[in-house]
Amino acid sequence: MKIFATYNIKGGVGKTATAVNLGYLAARDGYKVLLWDLDPQAAATFLFRIRPRVKGGGKALIQGTRSLDDAIKATDFDNLDLLPADFTYRNLDLLLDAARKPARKLGRLLAPLRASYDVVFLDCPPSISLLSESVLHAADTLLVPLIPTTLSVRTLDQLTDFIAAFDGHRPDVLAFFSMIDRRKSLHNEIAAALPKQRSDIAATAIGALSLIEQMSVRRAPVAAFAPRSSAARSYAALWAEARQIGGVPPVSSGRRGSR
Amino acid sequence: MRNAPREFMLDDSGMPESDDCLVALGPRLRWRGDGRAVAVRRTWLDTFDWRLYRAGLTLELGGPRGAAGFTLTGRDGSPLAVQRAARAGQPRWPARLDALPEGPLRERLGQVVGVRALMPVARAVSAVRELRVLNSDDKTIARVTLDRMSVTYPARAPVPPRLTVTALRGYQAQADQLAGLLAAAHGAAGGAMGALEAALGAAGRQPGDYSGKIDISLEPRMPAGAAVAAVLEQLLGTLQANVGGTVRDIDPEFLHDLRIAVRRTRSALKLAGDALPAGLAGRFRPEFKWLGDLTTPTRDLDVYLLGFDEMAASLVAATPAELTPFRQHLARRRAAEQRRLARGLRSARFSRLAGDWREALAAAAAGPRSRPAAAQLAARRIRRAGRRVLSDGSAITATSAADSMHELRKHCKDLRYLLEIFGSLYDPGEHWQVVRGLKALQDCLGEFQDTEVQRQEIRAFAAQMMDERTAPAATLLAMGEIAAGLAIRQRRARGEFAGRFREFASPASQHRIQALTEAAVS
Repeated sequence: MKIFATYNIKGGVGKTATAVNLGYLAARDGYKVLLWDLDPQAAATFLFRIRPRVKGGGKALIQGTRSLDDAIKATDFDNLDLLPADFTYRNLDLLLDAARKPARKLGRLLAPLRASYDVVFLDCPPSISLLSESVLHAADTLLVPLIPTTLSVRTLDQLTDFIAAFDGHRPDVLAFFSMIDRRKSLHNEIAAALPKQRSDIAATAIGALSLIEQMSVRRAPVAAFAPRSSAARSYAALWAEARQIGGVPPVSSGRRGSR
Repeated sequence: MRNAPREFMLDDSGMPESDDCLVALGPRLRWRGDGRAVAVRRTWLDTFDWRLYRAGLTLELGGPRGAAGFTLTGRDGSPLAVQRAARAGQPRWPARLDALPEGPLRERLGQVVGVRALMPVARAVSAVRELRVLNSDDKTIARVTLDRMSVTYPARAPVPPRLTVTALRGYQAQADQLAGLLAAAHGAAGGAMGALEAALGAAGRQPGDYSGKIDISLEPRMPAGAAVAAVLEQLLGTLQANVGGTVRDIDPEFLHDLRIAVRRTRSALKLAGDALPAGLAGRFRPEFKWLGDLTTPTRDLDVYLLGFDEMAASLVAATPAELTPFRQHLARRRAAEQRRLARGLRSARFSRLAGDWREALAAAAAGPRSRPAAAQLAARRIRRAGRRVLSDGSAITATSAADSMHELRKHCKDLRYLLEIFGSLYDPGEHWQVVRGLKALQDCLGEFQDTEVQRQEIRAFAAQMMDERTAPAATLLAMGEIAAGLAIRQRRARGEFAGRFREFASPASQHRIQALTEAAVS
């Protein structure tokens, strides 16, 4: 089971759109996929038309009185399940703080799902907190959407410095330009310069496309309702890069096509 | 329970061809589907002795054109493993497991199927329509499929339409509600009957209708002759059911079951044949001995080949690869013996034996009924066989010849077969206790005798291979090591014998046999 987390300290950068589309594309490839919507705003949960409620809330999940397995819902897409958001997730930091070894908690909660899923996506709320730290420890690969601005680049530096200070497991980082607007010279300059300075920038960039905004109206991954669009193609290219960086093995034939 | 579908058989008259099965529910449900039916071909596979069915599993090969796959489901209909069928085409059925693509499905099947081949037990063509039932957020909560199926094998027959409601994970309660509504709206017969049972039912066949076990219900007071004839008739049925698979060499269990039916028949004739009309047992015993002897060489070679990998893995000095010429030699000999066996089973002599035997048994069953009663005869013969085991076993010491162990093994088999033939007369729990005690002794004697025979055979094989110049020195050395391993196992079996026999001969065990047989008589 490979764990990806879409993460950025900043909000509104395309984390949820990335988790939803990459989750959908991985499932379409035949992987068994779980997307955990950790953001109390519940955007990913909304996009899959699932009600943002977990019985017992975040407390039950963190304290283990309800297993993650119990709270999972199937999406309308084969092989793709969702662990919904719940408004109580806003208190996850407090709950984690009360837990033993909080930074490792998420990894421990996900461990029993190893036999059921090939790929997990964690869609994280925008913050740097105990929850983020637990996500960073659990994830094999961080997918960091980056709006090409100076401040965004600075937060990426902060993130990689933070991870570099970890003892033991450190997730791989794959940053990618998101919501890039080719009409803006600053966007173009940064998009050209940054990959020369850093090796963790993806070749794929996701444009600021209205079709991606349409997801909230259509309530489905763009790759599902507009599979031939440039947005869908961009996410497919990003998934191919992420799969390689994350070391996701080929789909076993026994899994392919399972429902 | 996740994704467990609920299935309904519908009354065909209530189902308009062109309309949707959910329309009847009116505005209470929202649903989506393009209404087009997809043609699906299905083949259900199982072993000859229904190992999957008995384990609560169903293996289906099917799907729309170009997208066929295997689906293994559990007792509640939830999928346990799926496997897309190989593009290169389907295996030719019947086929052993190694004809299936490697993967979790083959692994899961291997635990149940063992060495048996998979074969079609039913085939059908279906027109399947799938609909998605939505909640107020337009989220799918369940999939509903309407399946109009016609069975094409084992007989052509239509099946009433079947409606299946499959909950999406996390929406079981809503799907159950939906299933309730559908059942009420259509007057549908809900139940656990899966597609396979429905297909077989329509074609007039029952799943699980073959078992190698004696499955007959004898009455204690029925005439012994009628009881013995009834058991023998069932054994003849088992024997004949396995002839085709043995001749076609589908898997080694056909021969195994055939052989056991012959051995049980021979034991019944030897130990209780006097209950049949005069002269009958004497007339048929030589013929069944011929049949038994005909099957022995192939089965012995099967036993060698089935245990070959384990035997090769036990080598310490030699490597498994050095045994390859030996395996090839066994395979060649087996192929030759199998041809001889198939000839024998296709011969006029065998046909005559089977035909004459069936007629003779029918006449015996219809003949005059006389004493003793089944339970009395069974009690006398079982106790006599038990006493024989006791006296022969008591005479065996640590230095007794292998032949005396072999004789004792034969007497144990007599006792075991009598217990099996008359098993239905007894309390199942008590019967199981007695058989279990005897089996422990038999296992030990079997290990002793099998290793003795295999040791002798391995010498003979080595000599044959030398003559044929197919035995490299390394292979002969590896075979020598196997022989040494067999000698060690044989010594261990002899060491365990005294304890096993003491257990069998204990007053408690003997009392159990006495009580078992007495209870049926009284």
